[in-house]
Amino acid sequence: MNRALNKTSLKQLTGLIQRFQSTLVVAEHNNEKLTPITLNAITAASKLGGEVSCLVAGTDCAKVVEQISKVQGVKKVLVAQHDSYKGFLPEEMTPLILATQKQFSYTHICAGASAFGKNLLPRVAAKLDVAPISDIIEIKSPDTFVRTIYAGNALSTVKCNEPIKIFTVRGTSFEPAEVEGGSASTEDVAASAPSGVSEWLEQSLTKSDRPELTSAKVVVSGGRGLKSGDNFKLLYDLADKLNAAVGASRAAVDAGYVPNDMQVGQTGKIVAPELYIAVGISGAIQHLAGMKDSKTIVAINKDPEAPIFQVADYGLVADLFKAVPEMTEALSK
Amino acid sequence: MSGRVLVGVKRVIDYAVKIRVKPDNSSVVTDGVKHSMNPFCEIAVEEAVKLKEKKLIKEVVAVSCGPQQAQETIRTALAMGADRGIHVEVSGKDYETLGPLQVSKIMAALAKKEDALLVILGKQAIDDDCNQTGQMTAALLDWPQGTFASELGLDGDKIKVVREIDGGLETIKISTPAVITADLRLNTPRYATLPNIMKAKKKKIAKVQPAELGVDLTSRLEVLRVDEPPQRLAGVKVETVDDLVGKLKDSGKV
Repeated sequence: MNRALNKTSLKQLTGLIQRFQSTLVVAEHNNEKLTPITLNAITAASKLGGEVSCLVAGTDCAKVVEQISKVQGVKKVLVAQHDSYKGFLPEEMTPLILATQKQFSYTHICAGASAFGKNLLPRVAAKLDVAPISDIIEIKSPDTFVRTIYAGNALSTVKCNEPIKIFTVRGTSFEPAEVEGGSASTEDVAASAPSGVSEWLEQSLTKSDRPELTSAKVVVSGGRGLKSGDNFKLLYDLADKLNAAVGASRAAVDAGYVPNDMQVGQTGKIVAPELYIAVGISGAIQHLAGMKDSKTIVAINKDPEAPIFQVADYGLVADLFKAVPEMTEALSK
Repeated sequence: MSGRVLVGVKRVIDYAVKIRVKPDNSSVVTDGVKHSMNPFCEIAVEEAVKLKEKKLIKEVVAVSCGPQQAQETIRTALAMGADRGIHVEVSGKDYETLGPLQVSKIMAALAKKEDALLVILGKQAIDDDCNQTGQMTAALLDWPQGTFASELGLDGDKIKVVREIDGGLETIKISTPAVITADLRLNTPRYATLPNIMKAKKKKIAKVQPAELGVDLTSRLEVLRVDEPPQRLAGVKVETVDDLVGKLKDSGKV
């Protein structure tokens, strides 16, 4: 009987711990729309078992708050609207998150591992004197996470003994949360006093009608083998047939063929589409780090020894200038 | 103009090395493996030296935390044009658990001690891939941060930073003192010439203990294990484009 009693109390205790667990997801948005990686971060947060809240800070939050309060798994949306959040500067966002943390005492704070999340969360962590965990790909338990190191060539399982766990989430490793069916309550939080040490001036975004690189189902990428920026048109044509996003290797970016935000790799974007077509890309370690979790990899390269063939499901040794137009043609049939 | 730049440099396994996981899954094999300066740190050093050449700052100090071999990395920075080095000695168990939180505490303490105007770091180390140290250093100092910088413009007590963000580029203006982290496209690092390597041998490297800086190295992160990532199954070579398209169609990919 004693044993049975212990079992029950243990169960109750676990339930209790879970109830006390609470996660704050810092939402990424552009004052119009939620950035998709936030949905992946919400899924990761839900896996922790506790209550999930989202913080929306910006100069104009209404639309985003409306979206996020319908997302499944979100219990509460905290809103901080103020002109000082223009450009989402970490110097202004950090005091807000610290104040929110002070008020609600979360056990976990997370965001997507995008340029936004990577810029902000380590600053928050240092202020709380905790070691953050970057770009997690799996949650084993509320304090144990898996992440990649050495450009994705090793998996590190980390136990975090910090009182507050702060981490960023690799978007491609978690499904996006459902955008309908949730009904979160909203609550305004007081904006922090502007710090004034930094100022956002402007941004120049690469405009494209193609799907966004990190969430596209199909990605066509080009490397040094394309030889010029003009030749990337071959890839755009192929991509249009496949409704694919277009990516690039660092070599193609450095050579000025395409802008840097198209770079796939350790230092660029991490993608994991259903189909990744690497054209004229040798397959250096740094590039593989950004795409080797793709479901199916196709390589088109004239060098049969190129390392990309070691990870490619389908490899075609051919001159891309011939093969790519042929492929575009074949797909038109 | 006056002012001092502190540049953090990390010794890591060379970027071209195919790493191996230890059989006991405790970490990655580092003994007998080629090491060099983290590529992003090279870019940080180059930028600091350029600022000095433009006479926008007066001194470049290269800092590295780690065992004795960290001095080689500092020497490389000195050969690239840094004026002097600081080796923060961390070895044994402390080095194994040394992470961005500890390094940023060291960098922040040194930035204050050396009265630095700027701290320039790489955006990430290619071994732990954390991308945290710069942001954390800025936080501890309460300085603004210009991360993933691809262009810097010093203008009086302000710095204009063009940053690489997901959709393109953004420009911010931050006040000094500040912390900058370098992205790949900030510059192309120079090669150290032999005469400069010889000259670097005469430059001074001060040795400092973390305790002297008041930094506690205790870590609350514990690496439980390190594994090989799942291997992909070998694929097939196809002969023609039609063959390729046919296979993709059969598997429902297109």
